[in-house]
Amino acid sequence: MSVPAAQHHAPPTGFIRKHVFSLDHKVIGKQYYGLALVAAYIGMGLSWLMRFHLAWNSTAIPGLQFLSASGAPGGVMTPEYYLQLMTMHGTIMVFFVLTTAPFAAFGNYFLPIQVGAEDMPFPHFNMMSFWVTFVAFLVLMSSFFVGDGPTLGGWTQYAPLNAIGSVGGPGQGMGVVLWATSIALFCVGQLLGALNFISTTLDLRVKGLSLMRLPLSAWSWFITSCIGLTAFAVLMPACILVILDHVAGTSFFVASGLVMNDQVLPHSGGSTLLWQHLFWFFGHPEVYIAIVPSMGIVSHILLANMRKPMLSQRVLIYSMGALAVLSYMVYGHHMFVSGMNPFSSLAFSFPTLVITIPSTIIVLIWTFSLYGSKLRINSASLFSLGFISMFVSGGVSGFFLAQPSIDIMLHATYFVVGHFHLVMGVAAMFGIFAGTYFWFPKMTGRMMNETLGRVHFWLSFVGAYCIFMPFHYLGMVGNIRRYSTFTDDFLQPLIPVHRFITIAAFVTGFAQLIFLYNLFHSRFWGKPAPDNPWEATSLEWSTATPPPFDNFGGKHPIVYHDPYQYGVKSSVGDYVMQTSPEQVETEFEEK
Amino acid sequence: MATTLHEPPQIDLNNLSGAGNGGSIGIPKDGLRATLDHSPPASSSAIWVALFAICMMFAAFTSALIVRKGSSMDWQSFALPSILYFNTFLLLVSSVTLEVARRRVNAFMRGARSEAERPALWLYVTLALGLVFVAGQYVAWTQLRAEGMYLATNPSSSFFYLLTAVHAVHVLGGLGGLIYVIYKLNNLTLRRNTLVATARYWHFMGALWVYLVLLLWFKL
Amino acid sequence: MARFFAITIVVIAVLSAIPILRHTWVAPEDISTHGALIDEQMSETMAEAGISFLAAQFILAFFVWKFSNTAPDAKIKKFPGGAKGLVIGALLVVGVEVMALGIFGVKAWANVYLDAPSANAMPVQVQAGQFAFYFRYPGPDGKFGGLHPELINEGSQNIFGLDPEHDVDARDDIVAAEMAIPVNKEIHLLMHAKDVGHSFFVRELRVQQDFVPGLDVSLHFTATKIGKYEIVCTQLCGLGHYNMKAYLEVMSQEDFDKWLKQQAGQ
Repeated sequence: MSVPAAQHHAPPTGFIRKHVFSLDHKVIGKQYYGLALVAAYIGMGLSWLMRFHLAWNSTAIPGLQFLSASGAPGGVMTPEYYLQLMTMHGTIMVFFVLTTAPFAAFGNYFLPIQVGAEDMPFPHFNMMSFWVTFVAFLVLMSSFFVGDGPTLGGWTQYAPLNAIGSVGGPGQGMGVVLWATSIALFCVGQLLGALNFISTTLDLRVKGLSLMRLPLSAWSWFITSCIGLTAFAVLMPACILVILDHVAGTSFFVASGLVMNDQVLPHSGGSTLLWQHLFWFFGHPEVYIAIVPSMGIVSHILLANMRKPMLSQRVLIYSMGALAVLSYMVYGHHMFVSGMNPFSSLAFSFPTLVITIPSTIIVLIWTFSLYGSKLRINSASLFSLGFISMFVSGGVSGFFLAQPSIDIMLHATYFVVGHFHLVMGVAAMFGIFAGTYFWFPKMTGRMMNETLGRVHFWLSFVGAYCIFMPFHYLGMVGNIRRYSTFTDDFLQPLIPVHRFITIAAFVTGFAQLIFLYNLFHSRFWGKPAPDNPWEATSLEWSTATPPPFDNFGGKHPIVYHDPYQYGVKSSVGDYVMQTSPEQVETEFEEK
Repeated sequence: MATTLHEPPQIDLNNLSGAGNGGSIGIPKDGLRATLDHSPPASSSAIWVALFAICMMFAAFTSALIVRKGSSMDWQSFALPSILYFNTFLLLVSSVTLEVARRRVNAFMRGARSEAERPALWLYVTLALGLVFVAGQYVAWTQLRAEGMYLATNPSSSFFYLLTAVHAVHVLGGLGGLIYVIYKLNNLTLRRNTLVATARYWHFMGALWVYLVLLLWFKL
Repeated sequence: MARFFAITIVVIAVLSAIPILRHTWVAPEDISTHGALIDEQMSETMAEAGISFLAAQFILAFFVWKFSNTAPDAKIKKFPGGAKGLVIGALLVVGVEVMALGIFGVKAWANVYLDAPSANAMPVQVQAGQFAFYFRYPGPDGKFGGLHPELINEGSQNIFGLDPEHDVDARDDIVAAEMAIPVNKEIHLLMHAKDVGHSFFVRELRVQQDFVPGLDVSLHFTATKIGKYEIVCTQLCGLGHYNMKAYLEVMSQEDFDKWLKQQAGQ
């Protein structure tokens, strides 16, 4: 059921307006997805270069010298180039993949539809948001090709290495300026996006759609935008400060009396730890920005495939909200041994330990909702179930890192690298994959190839465990991170483990090429998809495929039901759509 | 770029603030003013979202200032350029003129004929005051330069220039908003929500400036 | 396929647990006086994390196994107790668990970071710079000379920027490229960064601490076993980070005195 719209906007005309500088949130969502796709494969390629070098340190990588003659003379990677590639890998993946895909891509496409709106309230800001992010990506990538290459300071860019200029190493001059400019632009883009997301959720819901009737994916995008609003607004100033230190001769981060190449640096003072506080105040909430949308997407998909409501949708929403709030109180756990006041370390460790509680509740709700369900297995649900397993695995290593005393042994080791790769590099990615398999039919009108999807899943699932589980063991035995080479008696015996990991990485990476092939092949030659192939209930499944430019063909839908009325008896089957006026009996109704 | 002209939307005069109507300023007795409005529905929460983000940014700069001042021995205090206090006064006055403008525009859009002649007058006054403020900030910078305090001279001067510049950039954004409001008003397509949001933004710029002046005065 | 998934999860969980249970990769032996508490925290956390990990994966696998391939007319069921039981369970079990870990961990942390070094701890200074550690001993006068960054000159081996001409205390300071300490003697390590951020990590000694340029921090510890151990840099400091290490030699008091005399002669 729907009412005619009191006003509706004109459809776009012309190629540029329709496909390039589009105001349509769906096009913007697809543009973000495309950006994330390109970034993901570049980031993955970088990881292959890194893993190869760690396993076979002095072997030439054919062709690498064409990317950088000084960084890889004769194809053999130098230590500085390893660090430069590593920095770009982290920066590209965290910002241009994990923030763009689950949040900006799927969120832009589906949030307005899931609230029943024609578009977001500020389509021009939304368009700017994508293009600013795109320019940010170009600025970052340009650092490969200018001067002495990208910055080598890690995606965390600690001071004072980030502010002393090229005397600190290759890429520390122009490379840092480009990095900081790129990230500052990225922050602007995401703030514009967050503005749209929050306004859409609060102000544009159609009749009958109370907040509690929003699908969990919509909730997760809303919560993520709230986190992003605060986090990105703090990272941007930090980037501005470091750019000023480079180009304007200011000294925010460089202490006095530092000596490089026997010369005292001219800075009169500066605070090393200031950068870390600003960065991690952003950085910890950022990882929740990376994971919460995937949590929402996975919940949304699992519900459609379990054919029953979640044990408690309300508890899930509150828990995600609790994660968001707590995420601001824990950032100091990245700084336990940084030299900050040791009492602060203890203070930060307690909320960090407490944050395990909402995380556990979320996992329990998912898992115990599976009880008594009628689970359907397909690519989307497999990745969603895989997400739960990966999130658990990545989450339990958090128990260790939350305690400062244990962090003494695990800080800056491969244990940390294993932890964050499992939660971000795998779990969050699985959310993106699940969302793709699930929503591809609605976005393109075709189904993705299910066989290839399953092959993609199995190789990725087993492969990712083969790569990242061993990282924890390496960390526990004392393998330090961010080393380009293992030179000594202590670390050399671990090289066979690294070789195993590298081979697993190549296999898992290959599986992602299967996904890419599936994506493109299905786009043009996939089986035609019905409007609601999953028999799902939320608003996106009630409209045409793909949705028209104003989402609902000139009408405003009216919502009659909670988002996950599965397991009921209705005229269409065991579910009733949110927009269906049909009354059904259900014991699971939530107000 | 061609736009298709649709039929005038069916507006229910008895249900003006319902969903889908966009919260437009009321319909006067002698006809529809918003017939060609193709904008998306209004969002009243958006301005608060934006202001919150701006707050967080200045909070980050504030903590940077406090930490930087306390971490090294090189902080050199200086007196704020005197024109700053005059600029503050101007900005606060502009908030008053904006409120006057808002009331007059509301009355005009509701059809009160007495305001028919220059509904945008007080908006122009606000705009002018805002421009003079920004110019005054530039004068403050030249005053400081004359004393030999540049961006990189000392962390104290760095923060002075940084904070005033970032604030000025946001004020320029606010001026852009005012111009947009004036433009929409002259086209008779101004929505109440746009005016309210712009006014809130402008007042926030004033409040933020008072905060910054106090911060700079105490810390510098 | 659901059953295959369930089996795979169980296999992966068990395979992951095996190296832990068999202690295949464990931290090198503890040679410190404070490390026992840290190692204990680690074991307890491992037990709790391990049980949570296995339980979660097994339950997930079990439910996927049991509730897939269901008949089309099967009825859905709600887990008895619903969400309330789970939330309370999580709050109690996980809450108590993490609070216990947190509270008991305070002592391990305090031993290293909150307790002051004892009055007769032996002071040693370490300076970290791209890409080496250097160590300084105060010499017979027991006093360190002042540091003058403008005098640092690697070419003439003035690593610390000492000014022995004008600074009396600096004249007998002993500078070395490796760190030797007497066994069973408390050491007060003064940490100074020459250029960018670095970190000091000795796995066996159970100490890790970042250097902070502009802020001199310190550590204290006591080594209990004679031997040679690696000091590694763990904070990314530039292209030579992977190679930035020094050796810690723990010796008997006599051997140490001999060593110090030798270094002083050089």
